[in-house]
Amino acid sequence: MTDRLLELRSVSRTFHLGTRQVRAVNAVTADVRRGECLAVVGESGSGKSTLANLILGVLPPDPGGEIRLEGEILPHRRQRRHRQAIQLVQQNPLSSLNPKRSIGASIRLALDVHGIGDRQDRPARVGALLEEVGLPADFATRPPAALSGGQRQRVAIARALACESGLVVLDEPTSALDVRVQSRVLALLAQLRAQRGLTYVFITHDLSVVRNIADRILVIEAGRVVEVGDTVNLFESPRHPCTRRLISAVPVIGAEEVAFRERVRGLAEGLQEAAGGTG
Amino acid sequence: MKRALAIIRSSVLSMIGVALVLLVVLSAIFAGVVAPFPDHRGAVVDFTNFNQPPHWPNIMGTDLVGRDLFSRILYAYRTSLVLAVVVLVLAMPTGVIVGLVAGYFDGFRRHALMRLTDVFLSIPPLVLAMSIMGVLEPTLLNGMMAVTVMWWPWYARLVYNITLAEREEGYVLAAEVIGASSLHVMFREILPNCIPAVLTKMALDIGFVILIASSLSFLGLGVQPPTPDLGSMVAEGANYLPDSWWLTVFPGLAILVAVFGFNLLGDALRDILGSDQ
Amino acid sequence: MTPDVTDGAVTGMAGTGDRNGARETGKSIDTLAIRDLRLRFRGYTETTTVLHGISMRVAPEQRVALVGESGSGKTVIARAILGLLQLLPGAIVNGDIDFEGQDLTGLTTRAWRRLRGVRMSMIFQDPTSSLNPVFTIGEQFHEVHRRADPAIRRSVSGDRAAAILEEVSITEPDRVLESYPFQLSGGMNQRVMIAMAMANEPALLIADEPGTALDVTVQDQTLRLMRRLVDSHRTSVLFISHNLGVVREFADRVYVIYQGRIVEEGPSAAIFRDPRHAYTQALMAAAPRITGGGIPDVSEDEPAFLAPREVHPPEPTPTGDG
Repeated sequence: MTDRLLELRSVSRTFHLGTRQVRAVNAVTADVRRGECLAVVGESGSGKSTLANLILGVLPPDPGGEIRLEGEILPHRRQRRHRQAIQLVQQNPLSSLNPKRSIGASIRLALDVHGIGDRQDRPARVGALLEEVGLPADFATRPPAALSGGQRQRVAIARALACESGLVVLDEPTSALDVRVQSRVLALLAQLRAQRGLTYVFITHDLSVVRNIADRILVIEAGRVVEVGDTVNLFESPRHPCTRRLISAVPVIGAEEVAFRERVRGLAEGLQEAAGGTG
Repeated sequence: MKRALAIIRSSVLSMIGVALVLLVVLSAIFAGVVAPFPDHRGAVVDFTNFNQPPHWPNIMGTDLVGRDLFSRILYAYRTSLVLAVVVLVLAMPTGVIVGLVAGYFDGFRRHALMRLTDVFLSIPPLVLAMSIMGVLEPTLLNGMMAVTVMWWPWYARLVYNITLAEREEGYVLAAEVIGASSLHVMFREILPNCIPAVLTKMALDIGFVILIASSLSFLGLGVQPPTPDLGSMVAEGANYLPDSWWLTVFPGLAILVAVFGFNLLGDALRDILGSDQ
Repeated sequence: MTPDVTDGAVTGMAGTGDRNGARETGKSIDTLAIRDLRLRFRGYTETTTVLHGISMRVAPEQRVALVGESGSGKTVIARAILGLLQLLPGAIVNGDIDFEGQDLTGLTTRAWRRLRGVRMSMIFQDPTSSLNPVFTIGEQFHEVHRRADPAIRRSVSGDRAAAILEEVSITEPDRVLESYPFQLSGGMNQRVMIAMAMANEPALLIADEPGTALDVTVQDQTLRLMRRLVDSHRTSVLFISHNLGVVREFADRVYVIYQGRIVEEGPSAAIFRDPRHAYTQALMAAAPRITGGGIPDVSEDEPAFLAPREVHPPEPTPTGDG
């Protein structure tokens, strides 16, 4: 029981588009274990972002499903302590920081809302958080426009840390970044997880990132979970066509990678011929 | 600030705008010092020197009861500016709050507030003001009220549209996920992003409020004599065209200078505030 | 520079006949040749240099990639080729851009209109922003065709549009032609956009991060389609990307750009096998591998990144892994 930090039990979410109903998330049952990095992968429109919003409580799930945090059912109207427990890092750091507020103010909001630390100590705490994500403390007074994309994403991470949450939902946190910046931010995320004992739900479509950061992978297609497994196993023997498709579409650069991908492509094509499906 | 000055300096029109606005504002503030005949702002009669074309010392001529037009125009600027500022100080916050609430919340609050706004917007402004003035006494105070009532919906619309767009931004989601209150999200997160557009609109609007107030006085519904007002001066003089041209031309030019100046300033502000990224 | 090629560039818009003619006479003439392109932006308070002398060329039927990080100047080069940069106030452009032997500097607006969307066209990152939501796909194709042939009839345009849509694996072209962009999926719009860019048989296609707004599978599909299409139409491509993997899959020749300077150039295979410039090496080392190995250690920018450019000799055989 203590092993599972977050439990999703047949969680669905239906959107009404005019007369049409679209079930973006369809009876998803999954666990997030304490301290792990669980990657949620899928193509665009697969429902992975809706799933993130359900976990964050931004969207209420359809009746019938439930989301438990440390065994407690999360209500549709989250209380302040529930908000504090789960935080978010978004894809686009340009949009996720208010252009009209200093980055210090953006981070401090979390401290103010949850009453973390004494009032007088909060500026120092903001500075310490900035340093923890590898930025100078005096950046606090700067507007987001004065920062590079990677620096902004570090600020967004510092803001998520400010809540002292155990669980952080990372929604494509590095896909808007250049490759060198991406790797540095990923390294920071890995380091923070180790130091703070954080649990990550990492939402992405980039399988080469997943391979190097996730402990387990959950593959989602058309709102349903189609495959779950340990990262190494899932890459060695991907079973569902969707998983194989995602792996074989990854653009790669090394000869070793090409060979690996060709092997998965072979699997995917063999599977198409057999017209079968596992999972 | 350095950038702002650089932008203004790089555009002739912005410079003209700033110059005209300074002219109007300084005239209004220092009317008492600059005006050659300060007491002509009130009920003064001088039948020895009435309806005269421009001559020294009445550089813009005199009106039908012999008052110095130049002095009266300076004081009229004071009336116009006070009116415009009071109207905007009342209309802007009302409209901003309505727009923020309607844009941030959906459902009943949005529909109720926006339909109310639409009702006000659907009535032609002059008709609305005239009917209010028809019911109430035509005084300066009521004039301000009338113009205010027809002005706030424009701010509501403007802020509503910006809020609709801003609430899709990631920073709003971030604040909500942190657990910030709706009040915080509306006033501390979204509002600062509306301010550039609102300030620009205010600068543009000062000119238009002066124009509308003048139109009301022209129709006899605004500022009452003997308080000097550009609109009533034009109206009065219009009966004596073309012979006594100075009675209309100088107050008319004064309206033009004010409206044109504030419009150019508004455009310059849009350039400065819109380009900070 | 030979008169017939210049003619071909200007009038060669109606069909493949002219185009083949141009290719035969201009075998040795590059589709695109940029020499010492420099760009500075005059701001309100200071002037910034964006490009420090860029030289590059795209041979006929060649697929060339320009790879670099954001802010490296790669998108600005595309805008300069399309003649859009020169319109910006404050942009100071120096250097030569030759397109099919014709110098593009000082071209009149009319001449530009005959080139853009006709002899050279562009694919953007986000398909939804470059298709007009209020016109059907068919109407938009007609508009594009009219740029090359103002007198073209709607029915002729429709047939040609249907033919090229089939080439991008759209099975019901007639239905798509009657649709509005919002009625189609993101992947479908992406394919329509590629077809539209190819509608006038351009000599050069400029692709700026195509498909990166979508996910990996759509991106993969987009690249395959684009590749097939430019192969069969013998179009040259300038492919702009920050993604090394995508570049490796698509390009014959690669230019690596860093802070407005080309730091390494050569055949794609050579660069990926043997990256020589410190910056190229850093870029490659930073990409996480699908075979694992952990998150790469990435260093700060080094002075070595500004070292002179490395040029790989041409490879004897054309490369590509089908």
